Amino acid sequence: MTDTPKTPWDDHGQLEVLTFDVGTEQLAIEATDIREIVDLLPETRVPGAAPLVASIVNYRGKIIPIADLRVAFGMPITPPTPDSRIVVIETPIDGEATHIGLRTDKVHEVAMLSRSDSSEPPQVGLRWRREFVREFVRRADGVIVLPALGAIFDATPRQSSRGAGHE
Amino acid sequence: MSDSDPIAAFRVEAGDLLDQIEQALLDLSNRLDDRGLIDAVFRGLHTLKGSGAMFGFDALATFTHHCETAFDRVRKGLFPATAELVHVILSAMDHMRALVDGDGAGLEATGDAILARLQAALPEGGATVQAPLAAAQAATADEPPATGWHLVFRLPATAMANGTNPLSLLDELRELGDCRVVALCDRLPALPDLIPTECMIGWDITLTGNVSRDAIEDVFIFVMDDMEMSLTPFAIAQEAAHAPGGIDAPSPALPGPVATPQAVAAPAAAEGAARQAPRAGESVRVPAERLDVLMDRVGELVIVQSRLSQLANSGLIGATGEVALRSISEEIERLVSEMRDTMMVLRMVPIANLFGRFRRLIHDLARDTGKAIELLTDGEATEVDKTVTEQLADPIVHLIRNACDHGLEAPDERLAAGKPVTGQVMLTAAHAGGEVLITITDDGRGINRERVRAKAEGNGLIQPGQALSDHELLQLIFAPGFSTAAQVTNLSGRGVGMDVVKRTIEGLRGTIDIASQEGKGSTFTLRIPLTLAIIEGLLVRVGTGCYVIPLAAVEECIELSADEDLRTRGRSMIRLRDALVPFLRLHDLFETGAEPDPHQKIVVISAAGERVGLVVDQIIGSHQTVIKSMSNVHRAVNSFSGATILGDGSVALILDIMQLVASGQQREARLRAVG
Repeated sequence: MTDTPKTPWDDHGQLEVLTFDVGTEQLAIEATDIREIVDLLPETRVPGAAPLVASIVNYRGKIIPIADLRVAFGMPITPPTPDSRIVVIETPIDGEATHIGLRTDKVHEVAMLSRSDSSEPPQVGLRWRREFVREFVRRADGVIVLPALGAIFDATPRQSSRGAGHE
Repeated sequence: MSDSDPIAAFRVEAGDLLDQIEQALLDLSNRLDDRGLIDAVFRGLHTLKGSGAMFGFDALATFTHHCETAFDRVRKGLFPATAELVHVILSAMDHMRALVDGDGAGLEATGDAILARLQAALPEGGATVQAPLAAAQAATADEPPATGWHLVFRLPATAMANGTNPLSLLDELRELGDCRVVALCDRLPALPDLIPTECMIGWDITLTGNVSRDAIEDVFIFVMDDMEMSLTPFAIAQEAAHAPGGIDAPSPALPGPVATPQAVAAPAAAEGAARQAPRAGESVRVPAERLDVLMDRVGELVIVQSRLSQLANSGLIGATGEVALRSISEEIERLVSEMRDTMMVLRMVPIANLFGRFRRLIHDLARDTGKAIELLTDGEATEVDKTVTEQLADPIVHLIRNACDHGLEAPDERLAAGKPVTGQVMLTAAHAGGEVLITITDDGRGINRERVRAKAEGNGLIQPGQALSDHELLQLIFAPGFSTAAQVTNLSGRGVGMDVVKRTIEGLRGTIDIASQEGKGSTFTLRIPLTLAIIEGLLVRVGTGCYVIPLAAVEECIELSADEDLRTRGRSMIRLRDALVPFLRLHDLFETGAEPDPHQKIVVISAAGERVGLVVDQIIGSHQTVIKSMSNVHRAVNSFSGATILGDGSVALILDIMQLVASGQQREARLRAVG
């Protein structure tokens, strides 16, 4: 999972994704990885956990972590809006299929992206860590970022730098 | 793995079969002349070969064939079963396991090496009195005689009910060569007593042609275990004295070819599938009546549910509706708790599954160390949660290795100490309250306190001359980086230390204790909770978050008075009756950022004899806690052992007692060091 995985374009160079806003950016994740879009749930903070995954929720009787991609992309954290939703995805972490809730500011649509519009992240001039981005895709209303979730969660220290609070 | 995958089904079956054979072999190594065991091993190998070939495991079938051939000679009394032979076949079992699990690629060399040892183990070449006969019969096992066979067989009475068609068996025999079939009606009852569905007829068949023994036995492969059969080549016309086939052991006609009737360790092997731990798609075998109980409860629940929806639709309000609703709620509460209990029982497997595999371990250890070791077990019927059993395996293996390697003395040393030459390792299991107690006892030399102390001082674990209670001293061997073995041997130096054992046990929310008497031996006692799924918890509030403390660890709850609070700001120790107990302010620990409540409470918890107080805002009450694991994103957060869902649907974290006690002790040590 440490390598940036290839985007699974289909034979016609198309990819069905769900697009949503995180902070100021529009992101997209393969529709096949999406499990559900739910309203915000009451979150329980996990003391000592990394800021990216600082809390957990009860999602249909399962305990799943809530990830805030704004932390990974260094965006300012803003309070939730009426448009905020949790996008529950299933992604392999340490080789185990794991449910994770992504905190999003607005969910747009299921869209079809095409490979001809996409480009690799540039070598220089990127505000973010390059390995966190798989590809940029140009669209009429701007650029969509395909995040590399595996890299983001692998890079997360599984513990906050201060340790789990044990002094 | 899907249930319908025949290869996967074969692997599970083969695993069971291998376990059965192994148990029989181990029994055999103690009673080398037990014919029943020899037959059991042979039948197991034969079934394995047959079904292996059927499912395309050709490498397995070929390899097993050689072992079977060797064992066949033992069965016929041509060679005596020797300890060496049993040992070689045991290592062959490991190879077969590898063949079952994989595709056999790259394993040929191992297989050939084992076969070479097998050849060496067999006293080849006329060492026995019946040498000429042996040669002849040995040949029949591999190569057929030219003339033919005389075959007498009887099927069990239930054969037809189980779906065996005797006629098709006869047809298959006819395909092998010319047959003269005579029905044997001597066991037929009188007509009024005749049950038409039972097969009481036997067959006497003279088969001519160039046919191998294996070809004939293959015809009967699915009924072989339950049938009576005698097979004599024409060359040796005299009646065979032995009747192979399990007519001596009553078999509860289990379906499938695995059902080898076997007096040995049947329950141990019966759930062998459950202990194939690393394999994906593991399964548990559950007695049917337990499922029936669960089904009854589900049925009741459905009825209550329809009562509830009736009530919802009736529009009944006010006191009447409330009474009706309360009665339904009570009913559901009862059903849910019953279902919970039933469900827990479903996950229980007898610990015999676990103990069974230690017999092999002891056998190998005895060989490797050159010590005579005897394994005694007690309480194999004790049932433990399946997950617990799996996780217990490695720690117990390590403890047994330790007992055999360090605990038990060499034979001459034992004699000098006036002990029997054979060292004993005793493994027991018993239920005690909500826990299961497992002890591993050896009658070896015991733990040398001076050496432990010297070692710990050498490693800097304790100060030279530091006063320690006996308990504390013994617990030192669980400290990371501690090893009493003067040199690391093949046995103990496998990368797992006692600290890992302790950690694993604590991971199961269990404890480990040592009692040891020098010269007499040592006992390790493991206390493990019966199940990992549900615990009684104490629900507390810290800031805005709710946390669960396992109730078993809670000693008492006291109030932290305002003056005491102020006075202890700096040092976090509280006087509890006569002892000073360190305490942790969970507000600080969890960095809530909120102001603590004015009247703080202290929950005193204890683990392994050490106490620590946890300062919380509010004690809410006891709570039946269903433990849910946290996702692996949070695996490294070690203050919590899991999470649970509260009545309102929100999530509460479960505190990891061991971790908290450890950090409490660290703090105490630091405060002492500061003065």
